[in-house]
Amino acid sequence: MADIAFAFKHISKRFFGVHALKQVSFELERGKILGLVGENGAGKSTLMNIMGGVLQPEVGTLLLRGETYRPLSPLDASCAGIEFVHQELNLFTNLTVAENISINSFPCMRRTPFINKRTMHQACRKLLESLNLDIAPTMLVENLSPGERQLVEIAKALSTDADILLFDEPTTSLTAKDTENLFSLLRHLRDAGKSIIYISHILADVQKLVDDVVILRDGEVMGGGPIGDFPIKRMINLMVGREINHLFPEKTPYATDTVILESQNISEPGIVRDISIKVHAGEIVGMFGLMGSGRTEFARMLFGVDSYHEGEVLVQGKPLPRHKPEQSIRNGMAFITENRREEGLLMDYPIIENIGLVSLPDYCAKVSRLVDSKRLFRRANEVGTSLKLKCNNLKLQKVKSLSGGNQQKVVIGKWLLKDPSLLILDEPTRGIDVGAKYEVYLIMERLASEGSGILFISSEVEELIAMCDRIIVWSQGEIMREFVRDEFSQESIMRIAFRQELDDDADIEVATYGNE
Amino acid sequence: MNTTPKKKKPVVDDTQHQGSGDSLAVQPNLGKRILMSEYFVLYLTILYIIVLTPIIPRLWHPMNIQNILSNLWPLLVVAIGQTFVLIIAGIDLSQTSVMAMSSVVGAVVMTRSVDPILFTKSPLWGVFLSEQGGLLSNSIFALPVGIVVMLLVGLFIGFLNGFSVAYFRMPPFIVTLVSMMLFSAMAIFLTKSENIRHLPEAYLEISKNQFFVVSGSLIIAIFVMVLAHILLSRTLFGKRLYAVGINATASQISGVPARRTTITAYMLSGMCASIAAILYSSRLEMGRPTLGSTIFIDIVGANIIGGISLAGGKGKVTWTLFGVFFFIILANSLNMLNLSFYIIDMVKGSVILVAALLDVARNRISREQM
Repeated sequence: MADIAFAFKHISKRFFGVHALKQVSFELERGKILGLVGENGAGKSTLMNIMGGVLQPEVGTLLLRGETYRPLSPLDASCAGIEFVHQELNLFTNLTVAENISINSFPCMRRTPFINKRTMHQACRKLLESLNLDIAPTMLVENLSPGERQLVEIAKALSTDADILLFDEPTTSLTAKDTENLFSLLRHLRDAGKSIIYISHILADVQKLVDDVVILRDGEVMGGGPIGDFPIKRMINLMVGREINHLFPEKTPYATDTVILESQNISEPGIVRDISIKVHAGEIVGMFGLMGSGRTEFARMLFGVDSYHEGEVLVQGKPLPRHKPEQSIRNGMAFITENRREEGLLMDYPIIENIGLVSLPDYCAKVSRLVDSKRLFRRANEVGTSLKLKCNNLKLQKVKSLSGGNQQKVVIGKWLLKDPSLLILDEPTRGIDVGAKYEVYLIMERLASEGSGILFISSEVEELIAMCDRIIVWSQGEIMREFVRDEFSQESIMRIAFRQELDDDADIEVATYGNE
Repeated sequence: MNTTPKKKKPVVDDTQHQGSGDSLAVQPNLGKRILMSEYFVLYLTILYIIVLTPIIPRLWHPMNIQNILSNLWPLLVVAIGQTFVLIIAGIDLSQTSVMAMSSVVGAVVMTRSVDPILFTKSPLWGVFLSEQGGLLSNSIFALPVGIVVMLLVGLFIGFLNGFSVAYFRMPPFIVTLVSMMLFSAMAIFLTKSENIRHLPEAYLEISKNQFFVVSGSLIIAIFVMVLAHILLSRTLFGKRLYAVGINATASQISGVPARRTTITAYMLSGMCASIAAILYSSRLEMGRPTLGSTIFIDIVGANIIGGISLAGGKGKVTWTLFGVFFFIILANSLNMLNLSFYIIDMVKGSVILVAALLDVARNRISREQM
């Protein structure tokens, strides 16, 4: 009988009615490293937040060393000997390394509130030495490189002498050497009897490091066991493997020769370089690239949210110099941003106020500027129905009470009221469930069939392959290559996005395109 | 097709709330319903009046009612101006200086005679002011031009504030603090701290009761209130103002001209302060360089009591009305109890504090009910 350090038993959790976790059960053995893999939105973060006491499960129990464990706050988790190393850094940049590491328990002079700096620095130096880190305890964190900061964060987690350690994408900002360093450290900790959960998108690392693996997809455990049984290929299949036929509508090409949107040599130093693209009426053009490749930034420039240094945007042949969103909208553009909550919706306001926001001027009397609410409501209702928006009351229900998919429909709906001739959709299916995704695809198909041009930005290659007429692949602020529908291949697109030559036989790093 | 588990959204969120105990009743009880009601402050005011009536019967004396109302109208107007700015999560500290400047500038235009002993040291002496009075003394245009100039002063200062906030992205607190200092000092500098008297008769008539409580002030204040209400609830500008207040980024991407909306809000705030200056200075029968210098707390306090959120995106003209009404009744009743100025301020401060706490409580309840 294996020694179980931690166990999840039938954990379920929903957000706004959508399952983030469904009956998740697995165990972490003492003295082992467990890899946890899954796509963005598969439920890894939710699981970690439950373990850390940030969220409470609706159903199910947690067992810590065989006993029921119900953390209500991160402090409870810390007391129980569970420490986290998050991918986003939680360091105080204005404090020194030593202060950051001992932030939860400063060593004090006897019975006074004064910190004993010497003790603190000595303890810190010893810890850093044991980790093979060449960082002075007195350094301010703001003067450290991102990789060094990550290592300090790891040191901080280790300083508490925790029993169970969780690492969430710890290597994203580390160099290869630092990563090696970290891995040998983790193995050393494992041999010392600690139990570790390691979350990563870099499957090659997972394969190299972990003893056991658990694969999550859409909040469910798809498989798990000794890593030997799970070659990378199988992991990917389990993570992604869905029946593509059921997930996407049939693609009909509607593209015409009329250019709706054109960008000519758009440049902004440090962000994008010399970008020229064209979108035709009825065409769905995909833009793929890793996080930070410039596709979102470029979309914002196209729409006039951000400025660009050089180049020109033409809508239906008409140049829009130094335009703002207002001009873009007047010229028939629509922009569904990747960030619904912050940039798309007024979460605290009713649906009608959100759906009406863009087209309000069209529903205004000329002189008095009084809004014709009845006419607006009728039209909003029509659009809501055509989008199959599920809600109780357009006028009273706040957007934040809707599910992710329905929220996205409200965002799309507010632009549809304008009958746009060009839509920019940035990650329109992120964070919404499979059914709602399908409906979003259908809406895109419908708009294309009605002659709108669509610029579709996504981090999921499959949906781009299924939906687009062309795919533009980005990397580091440049367009690397354009694929037409006949040439679509998941592997080639990924290779290009990682700046690998197509004829290059070297193994590409298997990563899930993502930016959680 | 849709696989979303789409049950009818329950009124109460069904996740486990270990911390909050049994505070989640499925049907909110009566107390909670009253607390959550839009008219909560009004109910409270009525209750307060009922309780006070036997203690201070003079409350209902016609003279006192007239007094309450003549205090109410100008504060209401200036507080409504503040409401516009609060809705976009701003604040306008300069309203009081707008009032001072407006009343001084208006009086300089309109006054019919000036005491040379008091004003020879004023920088305006000989240019705008003389023994024969102000710029347009005795002209028939004195009144209309005076009023227009007063409104322009408010619009101008409001524009400066709004422009700095919208285009330089300066914090509204700093911007309006500076313009408060600048223009209050300027009003005092221009007049050497003396009040300008001898305003035209017609101007003084504005605040006089023509028939019981019916006065020009009442008509102007109600007009401003109705207009502001329509502006906020029915027009393009109003809808955009709320949108900018709750989420400026999302509004901009949706094509809302956020900068223009911001500037307009501050200009409206300034203009309302100017209108209030007209009502006050007509009642005081003078242009006063320190006009309004003590009422900033009343303006913001009334808004907070009314339930206007300092965080933006939330507020209605009716709420401001209730807040102002409560605040005025409170001040009046404390006065009638012969309490000292300091005690009255301490009570006012406590009431604002309680109002702010209530707002927090109401927000929590509405979150739980989501």
